[in-house]
Amino acid sequence: MSEFLRDYLTVVWFGATALAVGGLLLGLAALVRPSNPNPDKLVAYESGVDPVGDGWSQSQIRYYVFALLFVIFDVEAVFLFPWAASIERYGTFGLVAMLIFIVLLLDGLIYAWKRGLLRWV
Amino acid sequence: MNLLATDIPYWGQSLLRVLGGLVAVLLPAGTIVYLFLFKMMSFMQSRLGPMEAGPYGSMQLLAEVGKWMQKEDLAPAAADHRIFKMAPLVVLVSTFLLVVVIPFGPDAWFTNFSVGVFYGLAVASISVLGILIAGWASANKYSLLGGLRAAGQLIAYELPMVLATLGVVIQAGSMNLQDIVVAQNTGEIFGFSGLGNPYIFTQFIGFLIFMIAVQAELTQAPFDMPIAESELVSGYMTEYSGFRFLIFFIAEFATAGVFALIASVLFLGGWGIPFEWFGWTSVDDVDNWMNLAGPVIMFTKMLVLTFIIMWVRFSFPRFREDQLQTFAWKILIPLALANTAITATLKVAF
Repeated sequence: MSEFLRDYLTVVWFGATALAVGGLLLGLAALVRPSNPNPDKLVAYESGVDPVGDGWSQSQIRYYVFALLFVIFDVEAVFLFPWAASIERYGTFGLVAMLIFIVLLLDGLIYAWKRGLLRWV
Repeated sequence: MNLLATDIPYWGQSLLRVLGGLVAVLLPAGTIVYLFLFKMMSFMQSRLGPMEAGPYGSMQLLAEVGKWMQKEDLAPAAADHRIFKMAPLVVLVSTFLLVVVIPFGPDAWFTNFSVGVFYGLAVASISVLGILIAGWASANKYSLLGGLRAAGQLIAYELPMVLATLGVVIQAGSMNLQDIVVAQNTGEIFGFSGLGNPYIFTQFIGFLIFMIAVQAELTQAPFDMPIAESELVSGYMTEYSGFRFLIFFIAEFATAGVFALIASVLFLGGWGIPFEWFGWTSVDDVDNWMNLAGPVIMFTKMLVLTFIIMWVRFSFPRFREDQLQTFAWKILIPLALANTAITATLKVAF
């Protein structure tokens, strides 16, 4: 097996360990903890009063613009990192190209800013 | 070169790595909770903190685990049970996947990814998924609001963190964390190489942005709007009780430790000491004892950084939600982009 695959296999082992540790502790706790649920305990907690309506009721979600902006900027990171890691190989040409790229991104941010999208309404 | 690869079979290596990973996740978490959350916070508030369990309350952690184990594991009737029960484990998995990239010595590493920085930033955002599904599956309005706030905050501060890391990658010329450590310890500042070149000096703005983003990613005060107890009870954790809550709690402080470890790799020189002191020139020259000293050095740096995180946490009042978003988008991101551009220009010019 190549080093490369082994490294990623280690990631799998670590994920499995996390699940195993969590599962083991929860399993141990299951042996000692009491379990006598009643309808009052299982009601959604709303500061002690009866819950109003359903938990999945309509509410205004203000974050979708931020989520969209995030996707744009995060994809940008995919392009910036390979350049950053080998910046000396690309020299001045790469630098100018990437500065133009960064300015375009900043332009997008300023546009969103001017449109008032960054204001939390 | 790899000490572990020479004489131990693959399953043995993996077992060693997994055990090392368990220590690397749980030891910082326990230390942070006892030292900072129990004791330092108490002293800052003119009280003693836990004193009964063991000398100076040092066994308090065991007592806490015992207590939480005996608590009933409730899930609201309206909740989406399978996902509700899964959410804390997702957050814990994120922490374990994050520790995989951190090098603790010349041979004491878990994985040696060539794209280590990128991998770290990618898996760090898995915890957002855990928090979102916890908030959603609880079928509780507080939880949903808390989960959405957490998601909005974590993605907003993910970007400054990514861009601050970019400056380090530009300076080191590599995304491999081991290479970044070596680059810092063999570097020089204006021809002076006695201290190496820990990037906290040359990337100070990047370091500041990174630490602020870490504070926000960990949802520690002043960035704890998602669990604002005065309005949302406990945010996405409202409906969790017993051990599932404790897993969230452990994961939170384990992640604090892991982020501090990553910050010390990126900005404080990681496990290394300036190579010049012992006449080393590359990672292959480094003596074997650094595999033992490295983890100790890393642990010390981790404690210093988490001390700062906790100090800020105990000292500052909470940001309002709109201030929090504005701070990330209108100040940190443009600043981080400017930092990247300036670093790149200087790197190419010199």
